[in-house]
Amino acid sequence: MASFWAKEVPATIIIAALLVWIMPMMIGTYTLTVLVIYGMLGFSLGLIWGFGGILCFGQAAFFGLGAYTYAIAAINIGDSTIPMLLAVLVPAAFAALLGAMMFYGRLTDVYLGVITLVVTLILFKFISSTAGPEYVIGKARLGGFNGIPGFQTLNVPGRPNDYIYGDPYFYFCAVLLLIVYLLVSWLLKSSFGRVAVGIRENEVRVALMGYDVSARKTVLFSVGAAVAGLAGALFANWGEIVTPNLFSLGQSAEIIIWCIVGGLGTRIGPIVGAAGLAYLKFLLGQQSMIDNTLLTGIILVLFVLFLPKGLVPAIVSLWRISFGQRRRVPRHGARRLRSRSAGHG
Amino acid sequence: MAEIVLETAGLTMRFGGVVASDNVDFKLRAGELRCLIGPNGAGKSTFFKCITGLLTPTSGQVFMRGHETTGWSPHQVAALGVGIKTQVPNLMDGLDVFENIWMAARRFLPMQDAMRKASEVIERLALGPIARTELGRLAHGERQRVELGLVVAGDPWLVLLDEPAAGMSADDVERMSGIIREMTRTAAVVIVEHDMQFIRSIASTVTVFHQGAVLMEDHVDRVMADPTVRNVYLGKKA
Ligand SMILES: Nc1ncnc2c1ncn2[C@@H]1O[C@H](COP(=O)(O)OP(=O)(O)OP(=O)(O)O)[C@@H](O)[C@H]1O
Ligand SMILES: [Mg+2]
Repeated sequence: MASFWAKEVPATIIIAALLVWIMPMMIGTYTLTVLVIYGMLGFSLGLIWGFGGILCFGQAAFFGLGAYTYAIAAINIGDSTIPMLLAVLVPAAFAALLGAMMFYGRLTDVYLGVITLVVTLILFKFISSTAGPEYVIGKARLGGFNGIPGFQTLNVPGRPNDYIYGDPYFYFCAVLLLIVYLLVSWLLKSSFGRVAVGIRENEVRVALMGYDVSARKTVLFSVGAAVAGLAGALFANWGEIVTPNLFSLGQSAEIIIWCIVGGLGTRIGPIVGAAGLAYLKFLLGQQSMIDNTLLTGIILVLFVLFLPKGLVPAIVSLWRISFGQRRRVPRHGARRLRSRSAGHG
Repeated sequence: MAEIVLETAGLTMRFGGVVASDNVDFKLRAGELRCLIGPNGAGKSTFFKCITGLLTPTSGQVFMRGHETTGWSPHQVAALGVGIKTQVPNLMDGLDVFENIWMAARRFLPMQDAMRKASEVIERLALGPIARTELGRLAHGERQRVELGLVVAGDPWLVLLDEPAAGMSADDVERMSGIIREMTRTAAVVIVEHDMQFIRSIASTVTVFHQGAVLMEDHVDRVMADPTVRNVYLGKKA
């Protein structure tokens, strides 16, 4: 823990500051903002999947829920401060309920995948079907497939007319991502985080030690949803409209691909994967030669075949081989019983 | 007589038509060391799983130190202070030895005390040289020893070990009996074991399982001399 505060936190802040300074020289801040937001979304799944072993096919549901909560609350409240908080709390509470149901029901991983997928589908279908005038929450019309436009965007707390947009909004998002990153890093260093990794490694063992695995998974799942919800609110502010597409399965699948490509079981991997692939998609969006979805698919297949641990772990081991001291072989005669697969097992 | 720390009454577990545990009445007193033996498929592991909450018995009851624990989940049973090793090794393969043992200790101790406890257990089980090695890279005997370390780290008053010596070298088995003898100073211990040499070396009361039911219960020497038990082990009709 001591080295975390003394070394890792300052180092992370310095690197983040450098990136925030350099990146806008290469990519416009409007695009960068959404890359940061996707980075946060990828990070949210990277947390629960990479460190808790919970593969959620519906991370987009929490993203969309955060965005919609923000939009609806912003229309009703005006000032953006409370809507931002609600956009974190509502998905977290929803995930806590859903998680408790799944984890206390001792569902196997497959059913977990199916249920999160189905929940996403239901939300998507439901929100898409709310075009009628009877679907209102306070002053906000849900608007069906057209979504909700024209809500109050981010403002300085207490001053609804001082909007935060453009470059400052990029810095705001970047700083939030940094804060979330540091908080999650701290969580993972704490006993809770270490036990979560234990659960990923062997759930039965952790239960046999006397830990309430279901409760812990529920909490972690809910934390992941909170981060995804925050990303959703930031996205709503960036796009100034929310639509049911936020909940789409395509979106959920993309988040999973970001994590695989970036590197599961690392903190930075899913962020890099998300920002990288989203940027690629943005570049490809400007031409019509290659189909976007096809390319994402090809990238996924290539990674699974040639870099199954993902980009970041591959770079780290390359770095170790080139510059680091060789890691000592543990002991002669120690058999390698199991090859570590992407830190997940 | 010492207090009864573990008791089952009419414990029965059915899998479809198979009666894997058949009306088992079992009593264990504080400080006791008990071995469970029986041929393959006799229902020893099933009995264990019903006690530890990994299975919910079809009927019957389980009591631990006055709590009725029937139907409890494994973490609740473990939280009472019961140390459990399953027949199939259950370890966190991607984590190192220290982290594995620390986590077991952390359940019952604050952060710093858990670190101290883990170091202590590692020293006691002579795991020092491999303390920072991932479990997945260890040899079978070492893994068994680490799993015993996980059990010890929780300072249990009841220890349930399903085949702790399976697949171990003679040296490892020797060390294992030492550790188990030490455990009995603070805990009641139940061990499922096939290795007769091992059972003799820790000289204890033996409960023989056969087709899910308790066949007999006595000191190891008398059990081994018993013709019925011999027949069961040789696979003849008893
Ligand atoms: N989950 C299960 N489903 C169906 N049958 C089972 C299940 N678990 C155990 N059995 C059956 O119950 C019986 C008892 O099995 P158990 O594993 O308890 O035996 P054991 O005494 O531990 O044997 P071994 O010495 O081989 O470990 C066996 O006939 C086995 O096939
Ligand atoms: Mg067995």
